[in-house]
Amino acid sequence: MMGIAALNPSYETARQVWDREMNFDDTPQEAAFRAEAKAWIAANAPKQYEEELKKSSLGRTELKGANLLEVAKAWQKRKADAGWACLHWPREYGGRGATPIERVIWQQEEGAFSKLSYVFIIGHGMCGPTMMAFAGDDQKRKYLPPLASGEKIWCQLFSEPAGGSDVAGLRTRAQKSGDGWIINGQKIWTSGAHYSDYGILLTRTDPEAPKHKGLTMFFLDMKSKGVEIKPIKQANGQSDFNEVYFTDVRIPDAQRLGAVNDGWNVSLTTLMNERMSIGAGVATGFPELFEFCSNLMLEDGLAIDDRNVRSKLAQWAVRASGLKYTSMRAISALSKGERPGPENSIGKLVAGSMIQDIAAYAMDLQGAAGVLSGPGDAEAAGKFQAMLLRAPGTRVEGGTDEIMRNIIAERVLGLPGDIRVDKDVPFNKIPTKGR
Amino acid sequence: MNFDFSDEQKQLRNEARKFLAEHCSSKAVREVLDGKQPYDRKLWKGLAGMGFLGAAIPEEFGGAGAGHLELCVIAEEMGRALAPVPFSSTVYLAAEAILMAGDDAQKQKWLPLLASGGAIGTLALFEGKGNPSPQAIKLAASGGSLNGVKKPVPDGAIADVAVVAARTGSSGRETDISLFLVDMKSEGVEVKSLTNIDPSRGQAEITFRNCKAEPLGPAGEGWSVISQVLDRAAVLMAFEQVGGADRALEMGRDYALDRIAFGRPIGSFQAVKHMLADMYVSATLARSNCYYGAWALSTNASELPEAAAAARISATQAFQHCAKNNIQVHGGMGFTWEFDCHMYYRRANATALGLGSLSYWEDALIDQMRKRNAA
Repeated sequence: MMGIAALNPSYETARQVWDREMNFDDTPQEAAFRAEAKAWIAANAPKQYEEELKKSSLGRTELKGANLLEVAKAWQKRKADAGWACLHWPREYGGRGATPIERVIWQQEEGAFSKLSYVFIIGHGMCGPTMMAFAGDDQKRKYLPPLASGEKIWCQLFSEPAGGSDVAGLRTRAQKSGDGWIINGQKIWTSGAHYSDYGILLTRTDPEAPKHKGLTMFFLDMKSKGVEIKPIKQANGQSDFNEVYFTDVRIPDAQRLGAVNDGWNVSLTTLMNERMSIGAGVATGFPELFEFCSNLMLEDGLAIDDRNVRSKLAQWAVRASGLKYTSMRAISALSKGERPGPENSIGKLVAGSMIQDIAAYAMDLQGAAGVLSGPGDAEAAGKFQAMLLRAPGTRVEGGTDEIMRNIIAERVLGLPGDIRVDKDVPFNKIPTKGR
Repeated sequence: MNFDFSDEQKQLRNEARKFLAEHCSSKAVREVLDGKQPYDRKLWKGLAGMGFLGAAIPEEFGGAGAGHLELCVIAEEMGRALAPVPFSSTVYLAAEAILMAGDDAQKQKWLPLLASGGAIGTLALFEGKGNPSPQAIKLAASGGSLNGVKKPVPDGAIADVAVVAARTGSSGRETDISLFLVDMKSEGVEVKSLTNIDPSRGQAEITFRNCKAEPLGPAGEGWSVISQVLDRAAVLMAFEQVGGADRALEMGRDYALDRIAFGRPIGSFQAVKHMLADMYVSATLARSNCYYGAWALSTNASELPEAAAAARISATQAFQHCAKNNIQVHGGMGFTWEFDCHMYYRRANATALGLGSLSYWEDALIDQMRKRNAA
């Protein structure tokens, strides 16, 4: 049997809307889930903040007259109490055991309130799954439910001054002492360390082994003696990240995750889970720009009627929609039991420079006054100015553009890895100075 | 939600890929490129035999009656193989227009011929430079006779039947335009082949002199049909473009793995890796936009015009990007006639224009987005 005719009988007899043909419809089960979620959100969400949350954008996420962190924690707790937290986690750890599609439906219904989840992203997306894979049963039952409910916030202590993109070059030492470990060193770029209760920590346990082979992972109480947290004042004036110093900090061996010197493999699990947390959507700045251009009057009419503006908008529109539908393809794959691969790295890569370029373009449309950033003086209340100043960070945090391109080139396209001159050298023999 | 092709559709894609790998090698494409024949007749018959030409034509009109999702996966493979046959003009343009606007007799007469490879069809829309617009159509129809010149007409020199857009009024509105169906063997039809950047596909000038033509669809509704046909064709062509982009990316990747310079594969240099990674990003975004276009096309969704424009813009640029950087990865060899890189470069830049250039689709996209936002 060859050609289309051979396939015809199956089209005629087995055509089922939900799993055969491409569609965006809910199954009856999904529709019921959506209705339940919608009703619960309508009755329970902090409606008073909805407008402000809708308007918030990169670099501008404060609430007037309320503490964002407290509002976020209260919302997470309320969700957890009703079984709407960490939907994809098992029930015994505070989740709902939901399907990937249900998780997406929830996100769609949660709308602007999902912006409140940002403080939990690292805990729920990376620390939680790492604990699930490597912690003991008692530890999982103890630590995961309060992480799910937002009562406890977790951070991830990987990056160091000497190891950013080259995270395996980290130098924070863990030395065995009795039934525990003594930690000394410094971490940097730790999001939310200043409000975190726990953290997962990657350390060097064997400086004489090659760099990937002498690392060990732990989790720790951020209130431990010897932990000092200093906020970093970023280039945009805000402080989302911290430096964390460790001076003779004691961690019991029971809080080790994975085998001694196998921390690199443990960290790969963490990072893999980062990619699983798809569907959350990355900020591109495009909806903001489209709205801005739809209302902005230029000398000869609305910006959106201008030929050049339209061309720019169209270029970004197809990138934004391309990302949206790439993520939907990944969700479809996930719901069929396929594991999303490194191809999802494109989201961050595309969105990072897009939001930076969009901010600069929106300011260009404002002419000389685009330089003004005060909420009262600036167009669009200074939204694009704040975006511009925050944007360089998005192209660096969580993997630089260049690392993302390496990941795509090596793991998706199968190109050779870089020649690594330090790969098999004992860590303590690797040069530490350029010139 | 299921935002993917079904297993049967993927099976069909594999089958099309296998068939084309066997019957549409780069040697076969070069036969047409070098002008040894106007299109690959043997391949054309083979495609008809596989049921690919009539994939989306209903069975009552001689087609396979599968659907547009099936046609999308076939289109992708046609683009990947640079098939040197009048597939897009016959299937996306002529057949779609006749299906949409033809009366029963016209459908009964032409669709079985188009589906079986017995006739080649095309759409004669453009009259010199410029993008699709009712104002640009000057070719006049009066008393059932056409007078005027169309160019470029894709596959015009080999077409057996043409859907012709003609002016039947002078009110300045869209309703001045009507469609006609012309048997290309009719008296008063003069065809001249035109040189174009992609000789693996033909372009022609057609002059109509008092040529008798039958109306296709009601008078004054020509533009409405054309815009819908263009939207539908844009999605299908976008799949061809994505197929071409993917192949160009693969060629670049393979060459980067094999070619040694400075003692190592050039694919280990970040400058080359990152270029290929960016090509992958373009191709992936385009593919995802295309899937949305496929959904809108297959369900006749009201979102089709927006989805089609997004797929068209994204796929056009991805193909151009991948084709030009594929040459760059190949270095000097990429600039030889012998290597296939230029064939993708030519096809990428030719398909970028055929249904209207980028600015036309950018305008269409923004118009549709505004409409949606206002609603």
